[in-house]
Amino acid sequence: MIKTSALQFAYPGAAPLHFPDVDVPQGATLLLRGPSGSGKSTWLALAAALVPLRAGFLQVAGQDLAALSRVQADAWRARNLGFLPQTLHLSAALTVAQNLGLAFWAADVAHDGARIDAVLAALGVGELANLLPAQLSGGQAQRVALARAVLMQPQLVLADEPTASLDDDAAHEALQLLHGTAQRYGATLVIATHDARVAHFFDGAFGAVADGVHTLHLPRWQRAQATA
Amino acid sequence: MTTFGLAWRYVWSRPLSAVLNVLLLGLGLASITFLLLVASQLERAFQRDLAGIDVVVGAKGSPMQLILSGVLHLDVAPGNVSFAAVTALKNNPLVAEVIPISLGDNFQGYRIVGTSLAYPQLYGVSLSEGRLWYAPMQVVLGATVARNLGLRTGQSFTGAHGLGGSADMHTESPYTVIGVLEPSGSVLDRLILTDIASIWHVHEEHDEDHGGADHTMAQPHQDREVTMALVRYTTPLAAMSFPRWINTTTALQAAAPALEVTRLLHMLGLGTDVLRAFAAMLLLTAGLSVFIALWNAVRERRADLALLRMLGAPPAKIAALLLTEALWLGLLASVLGLLLGQLFMLALAYLLGLENSLMLGGAAWPLELLLVPALALGVSLLAALLPALGAYRSDVLALLQAR
Repeated sequence: MIKTSALQFAYPGAAPLHFPDVDVPQGATLLLRGPSGSGKSTWLALAAALVPLRAGFLQVAGQDLAALSRVQADAWRARNLGFLPQTLHLSAALTVAQNLGLAFWAADVAHDGARIDAVLAALGVGELANLLPAQLSGGQAQRVALARAVLMQPQLVLADEPTASLDDDAAHEALQLLHGTAQRYGATLVIATHDARVAHFFDGAFGAVADGVHTLHLPRWQRAQATA
Repeated sequence: MTTFGLAWRYVWSRPLSAVLNVLLLGLGLASITFLLLVASQLERAFQRDLAGIDVVVGAKGSPMQLILSGVLHLDVAPGNVSFAAVTALKNNPLVAEVIPISLGDNFQGYRIVGTSLAYPQLYGVSLSEGRLWYAPMQVVLGATVARNLGLRTGQSFTGAHGLGGSADMHTESPYTVIGVLEPSGSVLDRLILTDIASIWHVHEEHDEDHGGADHTMAQPHQDREVTMALVRYTTPLAAMSFPRWINTTTALQAAAPALEVTRLLHMLGLGTDVLRAFAAMLLLTAGLSVFIALWNAVRERRADLALLRMLGAPPAKIAALLLTEALWLGLLASVLGLLLGQLFMLALAYLLGLENSLMLGGAAWPLELLLVPALALGVSLLAALLPALGAYRSDVLALLQAR
């Protein structure tokens, strides 16, 4: 599902970042771990086909991302990728349902109100469809953002620091929801995090080296090396 | 959701900014609408009133005064000319038609014009009631005159001396209304027409009664005067020689209405240039304001726009969204500007009583007004270009991680 080898990326004027290889099957979970500045964001941007890789090989959902043009990359992302940002970025001007509708607009796909209703209902927030984001609680907003990420039934869901601002109970609940939702839609889940509770959650749930949970450690020195 | 619908929602997510920008842009466009309307209506009014009159022959003096008094009926006439001399013009092979015009009296401020039946024919106006005159002292009223004075066929009135309201009444010679013209939008609407002989009749009696020192008896027929004559040529080539012939060999003056009206519009044009510059300034200000509003909108919504990129929207689609927001502002401002401009026009016509002079009024939609939406869309799209470009190149992930 996600396969990398000798993956490199370089910011202008800086030494290249080298990433360890991964090979994650469809439906599995990948924990992208490391402290701030270790290159997690860069790895996410590469996997989302937002930036071109400098060297190496990166295949996501059977697609060699280096082979995509910029326009093709946008279309590919719309179809295959769901994204749950840390700050949820629900558009304040639009209702919950309209926020989800943005995904159809962005992907140039016909609006499908029934699918929006179904996904919202599956995440237990069906009754919030006509509210504005300002009227939602934190937990409700996260469910809505997750609904937006899985609306197009992507093969891959990227979650960026999903537990960063949550207390222990809420973090546990959020991870359960995230993992459960990814499983339900058959999506591979990538969680970028520096939060030890995330690793602990997946250890506890699936055993020490659980089947289907892969971890990619990005040490701090890589970043230090990169900017040296 | 379409790009138009989405842009509409984003525009109204900042209602105050949207309303202010639409107002500002709308005011600039309203002044342009107003200027366009004045220019087009003036020109149309002049063209209509010229009605195929090739040249006006009258007393020596200002040629523009001759046109203003005899064709547009705005000014007083320079003086009288001999009826015999004017009638003699018919013998010239270049002349197809001579219509005498005799001014001098009014009723409640509306001019009584002594003329021939060819005059209403010239404008192709039909009657809404009664018939055209067949004897002296019968009058046909213009539509505005009949409406404003409440006069109908069969009623009588007496004219007053001069072209404005005057107390010097010709009480001994009343006129009888015999017909009323259909509204035509031309100068005829505000005239009272009668046979040229009526004017002579009134003034000959008038002079007898007053027993003036130099007019102790009625004018003999060969001394009768008219104010001017409207002339149509047999051939357009006559314009080359006929006016010069009149001006150099006779005691009369010939003035070409088309020429004088062009001169008049040119003189008015100098004034409207100042207004046009003013409107352009307003538009520029509005354009800057739209620019600032969109620029701020893009800054505020950078993360939202980045998320749209993450959802797979190509940069061009994001830029199109912002341009569409500007388009909405321009569209709303066009509608507002056009309506306000028409309203200004109506207010001007009402305040200056232009209906009684040049027949200016609102609610005309000349083709030139297409300039207004074109300008609006141009200005707003131009103002949106830079913000759209900014949205086009944004670092998606950095924006999404900023908090």
